Amino acid sequence: MKARVYVTLKPSVFDPQGRVVADALLTLGYEDVQDVRQGKFFEVELAATDAAAAKARVTEMADKLLANPVIESYRVEVLA
Amino acid sequence: MKFSVVVFPGSNSDYDAFYAASTVIGEDAALVWHKDTDLQGADAVILPGGFAHGDYLRTGAIARFSPIMSAVQAFADRGGPVLGICNGFQILLESGMLPGAMVRNDRIKFVSRLVPVRVEATDTPFTAACAERQVLHMPVAHGEGNYYADPDTLAGLEANRQVVFRYSDAAGGISPASNVNGSLNNIAGICNRQRNVVGLMPHPERATEAQLGSADGRVILASAVKALASLSR
Repeated sequence: MKARVYVTLKPSVFDPQGRVVADALLTLGYEDVQDVRQGKFFEVELAATDAAAAKARVTEMADKLLANPVIESYRVEVLA
Repeated sequence: MKFSVVVFPGSNSDYDAFYAASTVIGEDAALVWHKDTDLQGADAVILPGGFAHGDYLRTGAIARFSPIMSAVQAFADRGGPVLGICNGFQILLESGMLPGAMVRNDRIKFVSRLVPVRVEATDTPFTAACAERQVLHMPVAHGEGNYYADPDTLAGLEANRQVVFRYSDAAGGISPASNVNGSLNNIAGICNRQRNVVGLMPHPERATEAQLGSADGRVILASAVKALASLSR
């Protein structure tokens, strides 16, 4: 079973990398770009068969390691 | 007294810290591998600078789960002095032994230069030998030293005088111009509520002899010697 974890900086945390990417896009002529926030994406392969149990397990992993809850939020998806 | 310096895979200031504690300050020092579980009779623990585990995932995120960290936590819980320098500070933040987190420097650049830092509190084991508001010149070398804490945590840090060092100008003035990385409130170092765990981004161990550009960092380790001597008296 496969799970996906999306980790993003909380809205209140300034994202200098996203800012630089936004500036680069503006330089490339994408004048409609208003903001960019950079995050992380994980694919976790699990030896599990129950989707609910897998989601609980990966959520625990995200909370403990994949994200730092002080500055980041996360979202977990389990693929059928 | 004895300083134990923890060595993580990717630490690069471990020997600098060992040299500063042993040769410069003249105290006992030991290097302790991160997979060990014993701090070898430490009176003070140093988590050194570097790039533990390659800074993969987030700075300090993997190192906090190293076996030695349980011993460091227990040592700190007993009131033992723990100093986290640069990457060591990041590990203390990730482990929750200090509040807040580090994000990328505001101007994205890796900052590597000698900077003035003002001592904000002298009642910690690593600033006990400093003068009030003393300005120390120490090098910084980091890409992720931009200190962040949510507003409540930040207010708590200030109210409890847990800010130990701030980026300043040479005269001790604090302003946005003297902020090297965008840290909230110019924070360069903090301590826990019990004041025995201290983390800072500048490198005192790289500023211990005049030929290194500054010997101001000596007072940080000398403070630990003084603090422990006054405890045992």
